[in-house]
Amino acid sequence: MISLRHVRKVFPLKNEEFVALGDVSLEIRDNEFVTVVGPSGCGKTTLMNILAGLETPTSGQALVDGAPVRGPGPDRGVIFQQYALFPWLTVRKNVEFGLREKGVPSAERKRIADHFIELVGLERFADALPKTLSGGMKQRVAIARAYAVNPSILLMDEPFGAVDALTRVRLQEQLLDTWDQEKRTVLFITHDVDEAVFLANRVIVMAARPGRIAEIVDVALPYPRTEEVRLSPEFAALRNRVWSAVHHQESLA
Amino acid sequence: MAVPKSALNLVSVLAGLGVWWALSVSGLDIPSPPVVLRRAIDLIGDGTLGGDVVASLRRVLAGFLLGVVAAVPVGFLMGWYPPVRALIEPWIQFFRTIPPLALIPLAIVLMGIEETPKIFVIFLASFLSCVIATLQGVVNVDRTLINAARVLGAKDHTIFARVVIPASSPFILVGMRIGLGSSWATLVAAELIAAQQGLGYRMQSAQLYYDLPTIFVGLISIGVLGLLMDRLLLICERRLTSWQETR
Repeated sequence: MISLRHVRKVFPLKNEEFVALGDVSLEIRDNEFVTVVGPSGCGKTTLMNILAGLETPTSGQALVDGAPVRGPGPDRGVIFQQYALFPWLTVRKNVEFGLREKGVPSAERKRIADHFIELVGLERFADALPKTLSGGMKQRVAIARAYAVNPSILLMDEPFGAVDALTRVRLQEQLLDTWDQEKRTVLFITHDVDEAVFLANRVIVMAARPGRIAEIVDVALPYPRTEEVRLSPEFAALRNRVWSAVHHQESLA
Repeated sequence: MAVPKSALNLVSVLAGLGVWWALSVSGLDIPSPPVVLRRAIDLIGDGTLGGDVVASLRRVLAGFLLGVVAAVPVGFLMGWYPPVRALIEPWIQFFRTIPPLALIPLAIVLMGIEETPKIFVIFLASFLSCVIATLQGVVNVDRTLINAARVLGAKDHTIFARVVIPASSPFILVGMRIGLGSSWATLVAAELIAAQQGLGYRMQSAQLYYDLPTIFVGLISIGVLGLLMDRLLLICERRLTSWQETR
């Protein structure tokens, strides 16, 4: 369970302040898949960084299972847009990285790593270096790496932002597949409205200046989300609703 | 049809030897390749060249390795802790503008004419190249990689050992190669001033007797040794940093 209570984050600029988040409150249930969509500058990455423990709120509280977030921890896995794989380590060693930090013995590490590498369908590349992988494959390694330390929460910051549109659709389906087999609470940040609706139980639409929640849209579409779901009129209706919430914010404000 | 690179390299070397030979027979006052070769064989035969090479290599390696061993931790500290950098950087920038050779007179006065001043100036040359490279390497480590390690539960010391060191290793290795180059450059000059043995010394004493073949043997030995050591480091670099995306 994630709760944000009146979270405010202000970055000092030269002679003014930038309000990245102004009083954001939000609750996310266990095993919920929540996407956050909004224009740049709406504070969605800041929101994620606060939950990851990479930034601290100026005021307000970020709680995970009732305890305030103090720094990063293996209970919250993070997946970055730029993949952030360690280029000098093979796929398997990347996936084992967090397990090693936890002190898991070597044989056990290998077993867990292999399980998650298989889950993202990269068993043929377990001993390859990241430089030999495509962008989509790198991101799947990053997902396996985050899963391997068994976090209860996955925080994903525009993970598919740098891959082409076709790969993106496949990665979305695969992510849902993985999530279906290994349920976690997911907070997924994107600027792609289709992606936000396709993946989520709930879409949080944010607005900028100051960063705030503009609207929350429940997505009552069934899982597994197949192609039929993606092409259904219900999907289209939700997508249109989120689209207007994202793109017509100025008129609302 | 494309000619292999190694074939072109060989052609270039042979052509260079040919030009040298042609110049020597055309009346220019330089010894021809066979004369130099004969002198090299003589110098190898009586042990002079071997002794000189050992003496020079020992100085270069001692100075170079001491420089690297000192530069890597200092560079890491400077890159990791901004106050350390602020304290040390002015001195490094200052000494960088002084060619190590310019310190030889001072080094001789303070340390005598034995090995110490020679090794010291070589040490300084390699230290200065390597420390800047290490610092750059640490400063350039991708913040996202550090964050990725932190969210996977890594503490500061493991981030240092498992992220910062490998991520900056390409910079350090380049710094080592530059440092090796300046070590050689400094060595010869150091030996020119005061030595009883060594390639630089041998060339200088040959100069007194107008002994051009020996000077050529010395020059070629330095070139070949420098090149071999550089290739060796290059192989290490390729091995250790083959994971890099861009190459």
